[in-house]
Amino acid sequence: MDFVWAFVIGGLICVIGQMLLDLFKLTPAHVVVSFVVAGAFLDAFGLYDKLIAFAGAGATVPITSFGHSLLHGAMQEANEHGYIGLAMGVFKLTSAGITSALLFGFLVALIFKPKG
Amino acid sequence: MKTLNDPKNYKKNIKAFHPKTNYFMNCLKAFLVGGFICLVGEAIQKAYAAFTDYTEKSAGNPTVATLILISSLLTGFGVYDKIGQFAGAGSLIPVTGFANSITSAALEHKSEGIVLGIATNMFKLAGSVIVFGVVSATVFGLIRLTVNNLLG
Amino acid sequence: MKIGKQTWRFQEPVYLISTGTTAGPLEKRGPLGETIDKTFDDLHCGEKNWEAAERRLMREAVDICLKNVNLSPEEVDYFLAGDLLNQTVTSNFIARETRIPYLGLFGACSTSMMGLALASLLVDGGYANHVLTAVSSHNATAERQFRYPTEYGGPRPQTATFTATGAGAALVGKARSPIVIREATIGRVIDWGIGDAYDMGSAMAPAAADTIERHLHDTGRNPEDYDMILTGDLSSVGSPILRQLLWERDLDISEIHQDSGLMLYSPNQPVFAGGSGTACSAIVTYGYIVRLLRTGKIGRVLIVATGALLNPTIIQQKESIPCVAHGIVLESTGGE
Repeated sequence: MDFVWAFVIGGLICVIGQMLLDLFKLTPAHVVVSFVVAGAFLDAFGLYDKLIAFAGAGATVPITSFGHSLLHGAMQEANEHGYIGLAMGVFKLTSAGITSALLFGFLVALIFKPKG
Repeated sequence: MKTLNDPKNYKKNIKAFHPKTNYFMNCLKAFLVGGFICLVGEAIQKAYAAFTDYTEKSAGNPTVATLILISSLLTGFGVYDKIGQFAGAGSLIPVTGFANSITSAALEHKSEGIVLGIATNMFKLAGSVIVFGVVSATVFGLIRLTVNNLLG
Repeated sequence: MKIGKQTWRFQEPVYLISTGTTAGPLEKRGPLGETIDKTFDDLHCGEKNWEAAERRLMREAVDICLKNVNLSPEEVDYFLAGDLLNQTVTSNFIARETRIPYLGLFGACSTSMMGLALASLLVDGGYANHVLTAVSSHNATAERQFRYPTEYGGPRPQTATFTATGAGAALVGKARSPIVIREATIGRVIDWGIGDAYDMGSAMAPAAADTIERHLHDTGRNPEDYDMILTGDLSSVGSPILRQLLWERDLDISEIHQDSGLMLYSPNQPVFAGGSGTACSAIVTYGYIVRLLRTGKIGRVLIVATGALLNPTIIQQKESIPCVAHGIVLESTGGE
């Protein structure tokens, strides 16, 4: 059942993105940015955790979870250190994602040639 | 009679000449591909939890890293842009799309050198995501923290 | 001599002496693949980056064009060339190599006919015996300059056009040849408010309509006087718009209108609404059309190369796209 919900919820989140592209004629960059902000917004009310509990990777793989993790990390540190904790913790949970994207992106760029 | 030779309303009147967007097919493709990528994510996460020391919860980080590796390689092999044209938001929204935006920019500017080409341009497309993520997360965090302090 | 408001009619016959065309793999597999002088199976054309590949395309086109008539670069008086890259850098490099006195041109995708018009003017005015004109474009160099990195997975709308990979060169002079350059109509810049870089067909159609209408008015001809009116890169979106615009002005070109962007690729090739780019009109004109004229299969053709004069900055600043179209009349002297 986990797999079914991951597929359905992940798919539906992408459908919302597709509608923003097709109906509202947003550029890909605008769509992705909106999703990150939306993820952080949902997390502000604790809603995104509920979605993750329900859909697993269906909620952690879409880029909305990036916004959620940013806020989550910030809040974790903020609870200990106060306001400065926001700045200390914002990359705490997303560090693995950003680091691997940078590292693999860099290595691939070194090895491959653009295909066009 | 509506005439096309009307510069003021040209933008509106030419709509009839544009190819019709197949909203349903686009959404279906986005749903299937996006869903499939999440399904793969779920499978990787479960595999990490089953075969390594990671718990179901802590397997999130290696899962995302694995998906990013796959996406970077597909970008290097020149496949991800073709998936993207087919799937639309289906491959744009998952974290693999974020990795693709970084790798494609880095790869494209390879010919301008490693420092000024690859490294400088890496965040050309992904930079906006990180900026908006960080700004919105800190603003929402600030509000939440202040509300908590006032109530608490 | 100037006739009407925007048209030059060349007094002594000015001839299109020789042409050379090159293209990439997708164009090779298209319907006109056979008419292109040299094609490459690899988008890199054997070079180390995209910009070098584009230079290779223009260099080979120029070489073929001159070799056809056994002319060396020293015997050419002027070189008029342009492309889509910043500061027309491809043309600058080829001019450095050929060492022919050079004028760099920019008219976006209209540069092909802009170059041919100016070359004819120089020859007609007695300022040159041989003028070489060339244009090039490359899908990957244009994509990365005007849009996104080539490997980026963001989807494109169906109104988008696909920049052709290739180059075209033409030699203009007084020596007799089966093709005469009869007239040139210089277009006005027209902007009807389209600001979408993924919908250049719609943006350029009014400019093409204006130039065609002006041309017919200046020369006193009717659409029926032409065997073909060939537009540069209006694509499947802009072409019907152009026909409708002219039809409303009582000019029916539907029987004779063709678009290079639609001829260069077959419908099942992944080029969205059709081909575009500086090379698009040049490959079709200097390859296919020149063959038809040379053998006398068609008598008179009006080629209207359309250019969207944009750059990425003005698009992001939400400005609309200024567009221009230049027309050239080529006539067959009756076949070889």
